[in-house]
Amino acid sequence: MLKGMTATDSTAEPRIVVIGGGMAGHRLAQQLTAHGAGRVTLLAEEEHAPYNRVLLADVLAGRYAPDTAALAALPPQVECRRARAVRIDREHRLVQCDDGAAVAYDHLVLATGSNPVLPPLRGLFDDALTGRERHELPTGVFAFRTMADCELIDRHLPGVRQAVVVGGGLLGVSAARALAARGVQVVLAHQGEHLMERHLDEEAAGLLRAHLAELGVEVHTECRVRSALTEDRRITGVELADGFRLDAELLVIATGVRPRTGLAAAAGLEVRRGIVVDDRLRTSDPAVHAVGDCAEHRGTVYGLAGPALAQADRLARLLCGQDAPYRGSRLLTRLTLAGPDSAPLDLAAFGETSPAGPGDRVVRLADASRGTYRKVIVRRDDLGGDRLVGGVLLGDLGTVGDLAGTWEGDEALSAHPLHLLTTQSTTPGGPSR
Amino acid sequence: MNDAATDTHCPYCALQCGMGLRRTDGPVPVAVVERPGFPVNRGALCGKGANAAAVLAPGARLTTPLVRTGGELRPASWDEALDRIAGAVTATAAAHGRDAVGVFGGGGLTNEKAYLLGKFARVVLGTSAIDYNGRFCMSSAAAGGIRAFGLDRGLPFPVEDIPRAGCVILVGGNPAETMPPFVRYLRELQENGGKLVVVDPRRTRTAELADLHLAPRPGTDLALALGMLHLVVAEGRTDEAFIAGRTTGWAETRAAAMAHWPEHVESVTGVPLPHLREAVRLFCEAGTGMVLTARGPEQQAKGTDTVSAWINLCLATGNAGRLHAGYGCLTGQGNGQGGREHGQKADQLPGYRKLDDPAARAHVAAVWGVDPDALPAPGRSAYELLDSLGTDVRTLLLAGSNPVVSAPRSAHVTERLRSLDFLAVSDVVLSETAALADVVLPVTQWAEETGTMTNLEGRVILRRKAAEAPAGVRSDLEVLHALAGRLGHGEGFPTEPEKAFDELRRASAGGAADYAGISYERIEAEEGVFWPCPSADHPGTPRLFLDRFATPDGRARFTAVHHRPAGEEPDEEYPVRLTTGRVLAQYQSGAQTRRVAELNAAAPGAFVELHPRLAERLGVRDGEQVAVVSRRGRTVTPARLTTAIRPDTVFMPFHWPGAANANVHTNPALDPVSRMPEFKACAVRLERCEGGG
Repeated sequence: MLKGMTATDSTAEPRIVVIGGGMAGHRLAQQLTAHGAGRVTLLAEEEHAPYNRVLLADVLAGRYAPDTAALAALPPQVECRRARAVRIDREHRLVQCDDGAAVAYDHLVLATGSNPVLPPLRGLFDDALTGRERHELPTGVFAFRTMADCELIDRHLPGVRQAVVVGGGLLGVSAARALAARGVQVVLAHQGEHLMERHLDEEAAGLLRAHLAELGVEVHTECRVRSALTEDRRITGVELADGFRLDAELLVIATGVRPRTGLAAAAGLEVRRGIVVDDRLRTSDPAVHAVGDCAEHRGTVYGLAGPALAQADRLARLLCGQDAPYRGSRLLTRLTLAGPDSAPLDLAAFGETSPAGPGDRVVRLADASRGTYRKVIVRRDDLGGDRLVGGVLLGDLGTVGDLAGTWEGDEALSAHPLHLLTTQSTTPGGPSR
Repeated sequence: MNDAATDTHCPYCALQCGMGLRRTDGPVPVAVVERPGFPVNRGALCGKGANAAAVLAPGARLTTPLVRTGGELRPASWDEALDRIAGAVTATAAAHGRDAVGVFGGGGLTNEKAYLLGKFARVVLGTSAIDYNGRFCMSSAAAGGIRAFGLDRGLPFPVEDIPRAGCVILVGGNPAETMPPFVRYLRELQENGGKLVVVDPRRTRTAELADLHLAPRPGTDLALALGMLHLVVAEGRTDEAFIAGRTTGWAETRAAAMAHWPEHVESVTGVPLPHLREAVRLFCEAGTGMVLTARGPEQQAKGTDTVSAWINLCLATGNAGRLHAGYGCLTGQGNGQGGREHGQKADQLPGYRKLDDPAARAHVAAVWGVDPDALPAPGRSAYELLDSLGTDVRTLLLAGSNPVVSAPRSAHVTERLRSLDFLAVSDVVLSETAALADVVLPVTQWAEETGTMTNLEGRVILRRKAAEAPAGVRSDLEVLHALAGRLGHGEGFPTEPEKAFDELRRASAGGAADYAGISYERIEAEEGVFWPCPSADHPGTPRLFLDRFATPDGRARFTAVHHRPAGEEPDEEYPVRLTTGRVLAQYQSGAQTRRVAELNAAAPGAFVELHPRLAERLGVRDGEQVAVVSRRGRTVTPARLTTAIRPDTVFMPFHWPGAANANVHTNPALDPVSRMPEFKACAVRLERCEGGG
């Protein structure tokens, strides 16, 4: 059957094989079909039907039923195989799967995503001293990355009074908020000086912290967790670096992710932090592409859903013969902390969090009583134009559309940047006038 | 002199306002007077309607056929003109086959004309090559409506129901400029405590009225609707009983919505998430909601899916098939509705029948007295038909349309028209398209003829003759009759409108758009009759779907749709989005309104609207000539600076020809279902003109 179906057969449509059934792989398969690609195979190993990872915190919070987060079924033209790819044979253009099958490709796309990084906590892995990671975490300790994680946490929740979340980045904050919404007392332990320091300055982080406190999340910054305390491999608490101990029946680890590049590296493709791709999303082998969390484009591993979808959309067009190079994404980081009773807190941030020097202009509007904070940093470029280099909106996102457009377009600002922080419209939804 | 005014309707948009025409002794034979008894507009008229009689002025119009000799159009007799057309048709069919003769119609033609034009193409010419400019108008809404409800009627309820809804979301429509008398319904809505949400990239006069204005990037309405549906699910605002009892396909649609999470939608559309949440709250807490779409979301290469997304929002919240709720389309052209129901469309037969349905073919063939197998197959859509001129289609008969100005990628379409072996145009005035023709036939218009129109509500109304046409002018029905006779069909093309309508009734009987029970007498007595009206004792159907939807199982169908980029997204070379639209004082390609002094004074020419911040970056001042450049051409118009537009978008109205023609730029990327071109979003750059200012 495979005979004659190689890339050199000009009569057959090229066969596109996608490894990874996460959001990027799913979107790619869907878009390839929409653009008329006839032969698409998706290799997915996750047990769950494809789902929207962005919604995990809301699923955990009980806002959605897990099946609500499922992505739409792929069109019937896409051949979906539940299999794990174990090796890429670039010479023969074959993907070896764990079920023994070899899948031939003309174009291969790696959408292998990322794995959570587990910090070296004492007690996390009972045979850590041997250097071999034990796959089983203690009962009550979970990463927060997949729907399976989410379900495991959910199953563990009954009886949990107090939980510790390790990591105060985007994911940790979301997880802490979700657990609080389920009625759990949550301590968020964050090693850095303030929450989300990749995205926020100290003042915005302080407002976020206050908001979380209102929702019942106790935030500890500059707080390193040293050990996971267990009894019979069941979590009972954590020990902090200063020796302080916290009781907990649940420990959620949200300390970052790492691109899954093993398959690519073993196949001899260029891998730095992620699988290196060019503007046509090609790896060092032009028949192999990569998109999403596993890909490194112009030195950036995005690790966010928005750019992953943008890459999938571009690659679908590229593989279908359109000239649609991907030149990178300049998206805002967005977070909504929605509660069942409280008004949601909206947060948008991008670029640098603080001025780099005296030449940078900072425009800030802060209203502590309303809990809003808005700031942009503007830098003069070589041609004398002012450009946005960073910003935060917290609590009032009326201008987020304008701000995002200006940031994405990397335009020289034509007016005082105040308009990026204030709306003067008469109706609530209006654009600034 | 007769003092009694003749009750009739405005010659322009799909609202078809009632008006009276009183005879005068002046050069313009009639004057417009109020007709307060007609429910749709209750006497109110906009500037276009109030000045409608000016197009009847003797100097404004053609009164003799023109034929091209030695490169020039010169006056000719009707016999010469008609003989030339018949000769060209015969020669082309003999040399290149019957499909090489094409017909291009219009959404302004009466039902009788639309019906007979379709019949003429199928029976006399035997060609599959017929379509009309309505394809550029409502085809996406039509396709979306059929997909969901099994039926396409602009509004499934009378306009008088609109003020009784709790919330109306108006998507990509600007009735304050396109159909001003409609605005009273929006004001009444608000007076009743209802909320108005307007979705438009521009802060239009209509958006100014809104309780909430959402200004998405052009081409992202689909994502906006999906984001709202996502929030509806997330906030537990679905109407589960309605979904379970009256719809199918919810699971897949919900899944599609969940893939469009709100922060992502914000990034795609540029609409802040808090505003999206507010829109959802207004819509869902109102009790009853309506979504009305117009050309903004529809004229996209994903127009049908965009309409489906808004319908999905209605279905998920139980806002369809019940009183004072539902989805509707604000139809554009005067007879956009009727024009698409009776056979001008490439794939349709009268009564909204499908040309590829054997039972439909048999029914219509029996009315026409022909063999069903002799009817041609479905043909290609409007843009594809225009694109094939000079290659596949060699002779074209065109009526009621001005594609030189109104078609997308108009410079290319003009070149295709020029490459025809033969072009015949029937029109009232020497339009830009008529100026290219080999034969131009001067035909009657509006006040000089009788016929029915079907307005945006599906209300069939009667346009009555109020004035005699000037000598030398004939009606379209007379033209078709004469041409059919020359081509061997002496029978079957009545010149009396009422006779044509009676045949239309029989042809539509049993179809989706069933006019069988509608007569001129009933229309007069009842201020219009809503289809379907299958028999003389049937009251007509002002409100559709209250008991069941027009699908085989009676349930409305969700359609799972996904956002996708526009056919042409901005890039480094063409970094700005162009969207197109209308101004108050002009209509369509301007062929009529540009000849009315009052209207021209109000809106004398084209312009490009841009935000002051974009203008400052370009160094462009208000009023300065600025070039808009796209992959398809270049226009030069004055810049009009306004903060009412997004800084990443520019706007051009499309009523003007030549160097100011916005449609030079518009992208003929076609919707895969409706074949609607993407008028509303393309990529351009702006350039200062040397020495401009």
